[in-house]
Amino acid sequence: MGRFTVRRLLQMVLVMFAVSVLTFLIFNVIPGGDPAVRMAGKTSNDSTIAAIREEWGFDEPVPVQYVVTMRKVFTGDLVSYTTQLPVLDEIVMGIPRTLSLAIGAAILWMVVAVAFGLYGAMRAGAFGDRLITVLALVGISMPVFWVGALMNYYLGFKAGLFPNGGYVELTESPLDWAYHLVMPWTALALLFIGIYSRILRSNLLDTMNEDYVRTARAKGLSERRILIRHVLRTSMIPFVTLWGLDFGLVVGGGAILTETVFDLQGVGQYAADSIELLDVPPVLAVVMLAAFLIVALNAVVDILYAVLDPRIRITG
Amino acid sequence: MRTALGRLRRHRAALLFGALFLVLVGVAVAAPLWKDVAGRGPLANNLEGQVVLGGKEVNVVSLEGVPIDPTWGKQYFLGADTNGRDSMVRLLYGARNSLLIGVAAALFTTLLGTLVGLLAGFFRGAVDGVLRSILDVIWAFPVILLGVALGTALALGGLNLGIVTIDGESKLIPIVVIAVVYVPYLARPVRGQVLSLREQEFVEAARAQGAGPFRTMFSEILPNLTSTIVVFFPILVANAILLEAALSFLGAGVRPPEPSWGNMISVGVDRIVTAPHLAIAPGIMLMLTVLSLNAFGDGVREAFDPRAKLRMDA
Repeated sequence: MGRFTVRRLLQMVLVMFAVSVLTFLIFNVIPGGDPAVRMAGKTSNDSTIAAIREEWGFDEPVPVQYVVTMRKVFTGDLVSYTTQLPVLDEIVMGIPRTLSLAIGAAILWMVVAVAFGLYGAMRAGAFGDRLITVLALVGISMPVFWVGALMNYYLGFKAGLFPNGGYVELTESPLDWAYHLVMPWTALALLFIGIYSRILRSNLLDTMNEDYVRTARAKGLSERRILIRHVLRTSMIPFVTLWGLDFGLVVGGGAILTETVFDLQGVGQYAADSIELLDVPPVLAVVMLAAFLIVALNAVVDILYAVLDPRIRITG
Repeated sequence: MRTALGRLRRHRAALLFGALFLVLVGVAVAAPLWKDVAGRGPLANNLEGQVVLGGKEVNVVSLEGVPIDPTWGKQYFLGADTNGRDSMVRLLYGARNSLLIGVAAALFTTLLGTLVGLLAGFFRGAVDGVLRSILDVIWAFPVILLGVALGTALALGGLNLGIVTIDGESKLIPIVVIAVVYVPYLARPVRGQVLSLREQEFVEAARAQGAGPFRTMFSEILPNLTSTIVVFFPILVANAILLEAALSFLGAGVRPPEPSWGNMISVGVDRIVTAPHLAIAPGIMLMLTVLSLNAFGDGVREAFDPRAKLRMDA
């Protein structure tokens, strides 16, 4: 077990290293990507560019720049090329916003998807099941920023039901916090409700055909009890795993589109804005954060599964 | 294979949505016909022009910069955009770009993903190690973050692969970016399947008859991957179209003025208060297309491989 864990963690470190190199290279090898030229602005001459280049270390070879930058990632000293603000501060400012979005949306999509999935599996083939199937399909077929923009326009701007963008701290007013987040939560959750209710429905239907479910039924347990205690419980394991992974994805900046369309100014939006400006340090920091969350959560899942199922250790 | 096709043929809902997709493709192909009706191309600006509406001359773009609403006539059927371009004409030409990018990216992903999965699963060992690490690295990025980073960088610098160079403005950039981002989603399941297929007797038999590794891979193992690939393809096209829209929204998709549904929606989102039709029309087209592909894809999966576990993030 120990060896499996060590190997999995080592693999994780290697992937993180490769992710950082790749991100760094994406923005360093492109022509016209010289940050010194852009930082100097339009009215620059060669000497100011050269001065900036020296000050920021852009005259060093790329591997040296990479090492210097990565050291700053770990010490928290990264500074944006464009705003010249510390990257750490911006991320610390964005994280509560992104977390607020992620937590609310994740709860919403889980609750609704479990309800839809259970209903669909119990009444498979009935009208309600078909309706949910169609709605779920529609949910995964719309771009989230489009849904968000339409909500902003119809529910926010025209009907005045919800505030248009903006974010209120939870500590300031929990009610206002939730009120401002209702539309972002819904927009983001729609997509995941579509994905999750479909997965859960088919998992439940698969599990219902298992032998032990037939045994439970033969014992004379009520359908309701079988569904909740035997079927749902088994189906929930991969489902909750997935939930954890997706939550990590959203926290790591995966909700770029939702954050941008509702102007939440979270971590994802920070990354998107920085990419547009070819501002490498913030992009690198957010990508590292996202990759860490994704890779670490995946590793945790693998290790937990290995603990539960010894067969995985041999082949893993 | 034949029975699977039979099952698909009996799946009425899937066929209906498949037909809807074909209609949408037909509409995209027929775009030049409407261009002739409307009398202007997708890139023709018209900031100072007027159209006759109910006997009156109306500015295509008002003095305040607000474009005209849908006229439901030949000209400006769906209204204009802020440059006075005909939204309907752009919608139809945008269909060509969105569909082209979706299908081309999906083809490219299928090619790459199948090849990587085949090589990794068949040779195992060091080849597998290297290929799997590459897949793990792509997998570690949120899809959109990697897509927009690659898209932005490549759009500025173009892509130089030694023999081929791709201009930064080219539509090939979003195609390549989208294709690469989705490779692990196909390569991983293919690899898993190849790992178990290579241990089966028919592979051993081929080897005993003196078939080399590549012959074994391509004429023995590859045909057994057909259903996985077939099941994946429509979903892949759907997600590629959605990703192009997302990249456009973040400024890294099809470059304007060239229209795609993605960049039309993204312009519309910015102007939703003054001209909501700019976001609504391309959004509905995109939704119908992706919906038809997803629903058709569901039918294909049920017919070919009901237990296939597919998962894609948008």
